[in-house]
Amino acid sequence: MSNSLELRSVAKHYPGHAAVDGLSLQIPQGRFFSLLGPSGCGKTTTLRLIAGFEEPTAGEVWLSGALVNGRRPYERNVSTVFQNYALFPHLTAYANVEFGLREQGLRDRAGRVLAALELVQLAGKESRYPSQLSGGERQRVALARSLVLEPEVLLLDEPLAALDPHLRKQMRIELKELQRRVGITFLFVTHDQEEALSMSDSIAVMNQGRVEQVGTPEEVYLRPATRFVAGFLGAMNWINGVGLRPETTRLAREIGSLSGYPARPATITRTVFLGNCLHVAARLETGEEAVAEVSREEARTNDGAYSVGQPIHVWWKHSDEMHF
Amino acid sequence: MNRLRFWFLLPAWLWLALLFLAPLAIVCAYSLLSRGTYGGVELPWTWESYRRLIDPLYGTILLRSIALSAAATAICLVMGFPLALFIARATRRKNLYLYLVILPFWTSFLVRTYAWMFLLRDTGLVNTALIGLGFLREPLPLLYNDGAVLLGLVYGFLPFMVLPLYATLERMDPALLEAAADLGARPWSTLLRVIVPLAKPGVWAGTALVFIPCLGAYLTPDLLGGGKSVMVGNLVQNQFTNARDWPFGSAVSLILMLITLTALAVFFQRAPKELL
Amino acid sequence: MKRGLAVYAAAVYLFLHLPLATLVLFSFNASRFTLWEGFSLRWYHAVFTDPDMADAMWNSIIIAIVSTLISTVAGTLAAYALWKRGSRLLSGSLYLSLVTPEIVTGISLLAFFQWIFRWLGWHLGLHTVILAHVSFSIAYVAIVVAARLRTFDASLEEAAMDLGATEWRAFRRVTLPAIAPGIIAAGLLALTISFDDYVITSLVAGVDSTTLPMVIYAMARRGANPSINAISALIVVVFGAVILVSERLREA
Repeated sequence: MSNSLELRSVAKHYPGHAAVDGLSLQIPQGRFFSLLGPSGCGKTTTLRLIAGFEEPTAGEVWLSGALVNGRRPYERNVSTVFQNYALFPHLTAYANVEFGLREQGLRDRAGRVLAALELVQLAGKESRYPSQLSGGERQRVALARSLVLEPEVLLLDEPLAALDPHLRKQMRIELKELQRRVGITFLFVTHDQEEALSMSDSIAVMNQGRVEQVGTPEEVYLRPATRFVAGFLGAMNWINGVGLRPETTRLAREIGSLSGYPARPATITRTVFLGNCLHVAARLETGEEAVAEVSREEARTNDGAYSVGQPIHVWWKHSDEMHF
Repeated sequence: MNRLRFWFLLPAWLWLALLFLAPLAIVCAYSLLSRGTYGGVELPWTWESYRRLIDPLYGTILLRSIALSAAATAICLVMGFPLALFIARATRRKNLYLYLVILPFWTSFLVRTYAWMFLLRDTGLVNTALIGLGFLREPLPLLYNDGAVLLGLVYGFLPFMVLPLYATLERMDPALLEAAADLGARPWSTLLRVIVPLAKPGVWAGTALVFIPCLGAYLTPDLLGGGKSVMVGNLVQNQFTNARDWPFGSAVSLILMLITLTALAVFFQRAPKELL
Repeated sequence: MKRGLAVYAAAVYLFLHLPLATLVLFSFNASRFTLWEGFSLRWYHAVFTDPDMADAMWNSIIIAIVSTLISTVAGTLAAYALWKRGSRLLSGSLYLSLVTPEIVTGISLLAFFQWIFRWLGWHLGLHTVILAHVSFSIAYVAIVVAARLRTFDASLEEAAMDLGATEWRAFRRVTLPAIAPGIIAAGLLALTISFDDYVITSLVAGVDSTTLPMVIYAMARRGANPSINAISALIVVVFGAVILVSERLREA
């Protein structure tokens, strides 16, 4: 499968700091690919380098097998969905979507515009102005505006950040569906690991301008390559240098039946009820704190065992350990 | 609270009554009276002054005023837009660039108008230089015509166009410009399809701030037009000094006020926020 | 496009500044003609030794100071009172006076003065000029002070009153100091506007109350005289300095 997008040792240096440093990435065609990382990790800069708003200080950007360094944004066949959508306020939804097509000077634009609006489920609202649309509707216009141009890659800069939580979860499903339907490569930038995990075919986890790991959601979550990736993708317990996820950290009152498994004595410090489960924190003799995820079932059967101050044993399976 | 407010507003009310409304009322009254034998006004009441306004001679003056004001406004818009764009896009010395625009305006208007006299008159710098360099044998009549007045108006009011344009352009979301480029628009296309349409409020404000003062201009046509390019302001002044026809001068003043207010109302609708 | 814009901007700046720059340059010209014949201060000397110019300058200064004092006080108090509770009539009139062409303001004041003076037996003079200058300055002062008040936190006055101050004392001890830079800026603005005015002044000035702009105007009308260059250069420098201070205060 050919690569839609390839970054070869791309770097972007500003006086004082390197936003992106020695970044290499290969994104195959048709994938839903996420760039995941904390603010300041360089993911937005990377996106801007691909779109052409900035030029790399070093390295090459390849688009569908062609070197695009030096090409202006209007010369690249990628399209960006901005974080605050950047819809033109003086144009209707229809005119916004039509914008790029008019630039290309195409004649029969109406058909394509209306098809794009239908694709994002906005048929009927094309004569509204951005100020007359809700946040979710504006995002759809932004999507339609970019997709109608059939770009090689669609760049999305934290598009769900401005939506309220309920709408955000709904849009995740819709965006994934959309990508599957149009088959265009999506490059999705986010700092929300749940978003990345639930939507992506592949994730590149970034930190301080570098990619620390590229892999499927399962790979980055279950077999993180670095401590940073482990800690960013989910909560982590560190016991004597060994990493464990709370859901693989278990608690037992008696140690007897646990021979063969690594275990440590501890004292319960607090219990947090999260609705669908409990997080029970316990302090080990070394002073480290471990959080175990306990189902409600378990909590019920062990009633009383998880009160603060209770002695407990923290145990886990060797296979669940993460070493770095 | 009312006591304090009363005393605080008293000077302003006095001003309003005695130095603003009363004088305007008198002008209204005078416009309907007859010309006095030794200047000033006399009874009887008459519509004569307004009837005289219909004379094509005065129509020409009015038309010239409107035409020159409109032309000056248009030129200021075309000249000022790229400059406002430049300042809005400047990453560093924005304040410096703004100061450089406002600075000439802060010097005396009289001095600035005289500067053009110094440059354009027959013995002025331009002619002296051109003759000295051998390009001319005789001086060009650069002064005392419509062109010189137009130049003076543009020179005087350009900052009034640049500042509101700059304010609007500055506020523009840069993401919109990136989005346009992202969608395939080259710089010229972005300018025409995104920047210019969104700059409209600034355009209206700038238009109002140039056109309206130009209508009532006096010094510029007086010094740079020298009696050959008479605008409404000059006509009014003449009636109250040389011609000693106060009723007619009052009538013309009121017409000028009317046109000014109309223009203000028209522009005010399009760009209310910017003007205030 | 960026380079093109920069070149264009430079050209426009040249257009804006060259006329004044040449005017100032030639104020140092030794010759009375527009041919440069060497550096000289003779025109400045002429300006400073001209008795008419000195008289006019003196008049201009008196008029400017007195009218500015009056209009600054009146304008500030009005802006403050309107800020607490608006009056459409007063605000509207202030804006109207700003928009009114100077010539109309001038002749209306002239007509008004003549009409009153018939009863009072007075004549045009410094006092009429001062009143006229107050008339057009008030609006400018009010606008500048009003802008300043918009950035002032009203709850500070309420806090003062809560601590026992009357409205007047709250104004004097809390609000006034806070908006003082704006008031001074407004005053400086009024000062320069008054000093520079020709149109209105020439209409309402009497026989012996000539101002500096009137002298300059007469000289300009008469023909080439480098003394104008000299006095212009002086005005440019003084005005520039005053307005710079005023702007700094406005933004303070």
